[in-house]
Amino acid sequence: MPFLTPDESEALLLSLKISSVAVAVSLPFAAATALILSRSFRGRTLLDGIVHLPLVLPPVAMGFILLTIFGTRGGVGAFLKDQFGIVLVFRWTGAVLASIIFTFPFQVRAIRLALEARDQGLDEAARTLGAGFLDRLINVSLPLAIPGLVAGAITAFAASLGEFGAIITFVSNIPGETRTLPLAIYTALQTPGGAAEAARLSALSIAIAFIFLLAAQTIMRRATRINEG
Amino acid sequence: MSAEVAIRHRQGTFLLDVTFTAGRGVTALFGPSGAGKSSIVHVLAGLTRPDQGRVVLENRTVLDTEKGIFVPPEKRHAGLVFQDARLFPHMNVETNLLFGWRRRGKRADLAEVARVIRILGLESLLNRAPKHLSGGEKSRVALGRALLATPDILLLDEPLANLDQARRAEILPWLERLRDIARVPIFYVSHSLDEVAQLADQVVLLDNGKITGFGSVFEVLAGQGAEKPLGAVLDATIGDDEGGLTALFFDGGKILVAEAGKKGKKVRIQIGADEILIARQAPQAISANNILPVVISDIRMEGSRAEITMRCGGARLVARVTAASVRRLELAEGLEVFAVIKSVIVESPDVRSGP
Repeated sequence: MPFLTPDESEALLLSLKISSVAVAVSLPFAAATALILSRSFRGRTLLDGIVHLPLVLPPVAMGFILLTIFGTRGGVGAFLKDQFGIVLVFRWTGAVLASIIFTFPFQVRAIRLALEARDQGLDEAARTLGAGFLDRLINVSLPLAIPGLVAGAITAFAASLGEFGAIITFVSNIPGETRTLPLAIYTALQTPGGAAEAARLSALSIAIAFIFLLAAQTIMRRATRINEG
Repeated sequence: MSAEVAIRHRQGTFLLDVTFTAGRGVTALFGPSGAGKSSIVHVLAGLTRPDQGRVVLENRTVLDTEKGIFVPPEKRHAGLVFQDARLFPHMNVETNLLFGWRRRGKRADLAEVARVIRILGLESLLNRAPKHLSGGEKSRVALGRALLATPDILLLDEPLANLDQARRAEILPWLERLRDIARVPIFYVSHSLDEVAQLADQVVLLDNGKITGFGSVFEVLAGQGAEKPLGAVLDATIGDDEGGLTALFFDGGKILVAEAGKKGKKVRIQIGADEILIARQAPQAISANNILPVVISDIRMEGSRAEITMRCGGARLVARVTAASVRRLELAEGLEVFAVIKSVIVESPDVRSGP
């Protein structure tokens, strides 16, 4: 990218990578959670609360908790390192984990709304034509919910690009490994004469967020048109 | 080829309590809105589980609350055509049509599929999206979709209710063709007397969750086995031109009408109870074209009104007159009188489009 320095492009690409992986990994889990939450059972309110907790949790506190659990001396972290050689702390994969936790509620919410808005009448029609539960889910409910899923994924992706507190606390600010766009902006501000760079990166962040927001809205609008049929 | 139905189901203050056995052909569930017509169809399709009930379709018990039998809708083989068509918006017409066919083991062969598509006039619509179809076209696709799933019973829940008069007239002939090719019992929910008179073989009259009449369309609409007559329905064959009018021959004589269609074609005639006058002697110099000699078979007095059922050969006519007329003319059962027919509705117009 001609108008970005190599360091800046690196931060941008790293941000896109971490957010993409985070959304891709969490989407199936979010869909399953949404499916569970769209049915009624004991403890639904509790599960709902846990899923939405990251929305109100201070990111830095979350980062600290992650560091305690997944640090190489933490219980889970030590186990993962000894048994599988997996280290999350100070790695981009750790940033993915932090992003997943904070974008999970957005995805669950979007998918759940799409599932709950499914047309009961079409479901009944499919039943009388011989379609069982899974058949109806795969061939009727989900295709009609896809725009909602995509919109949820895009919103989660855009929100994930802005994650700062949990990432810097959990996986630190390592160039090329964990220095995402927000961290690069922060670093630029700490550097004498870095204001121009910070401004450029901020503008870039805003532009990206805006583009994704427009994309999500366009998809939703098209979807409403199709479903009006 | 039959459907046994017994349902007792409470919904709030509404109690549905019906028992009947429908034979082959079209059974109309006829009555005002809220009579329980759609509820019966939903129970038959398995979408409603009644408090108590037993449903046997084609010798297969699909519901028996006493024995704990409940076959879910997807395994019931009951084709339901909804008022609002309910086509899948993300599939084109062809995929919609074949949705049930694929899930029922493709029991209809490809020639049969092609035949249904042709008979319903859908050949040119196969690649369209449902949102680009007119209301009438949507109804036709919904009919084809249900039919191609090779159901054991076909349930039509007011398939014409959302259409305007012109569209209805356009769909009715398609429904008649459907009736003629379907080999399974058809239940037809309607609150339109015209539709029932045109399509039905049997009628279940419903009011407030109870059956108020049941039998063949000719008997029930003429008041036999029902609380009150609605009018006469006759099957007739178009005959020759007679002095500018067309003769329609029925089991009891002939009726002259302005125009009907091609000679030899079978049509259904509807004569409303208010469209018949009764005379003791054959009237002379009268504008009515149709004066039939009949025998009074039943007189039912209702306050100042009376309903007279008359036999005309094998057909049954019904007239609504005042009680005063009954006294003045000294009408009585077995009396030979003349029925002066003011107007006749000839059903079964020609199919306007398609092959």
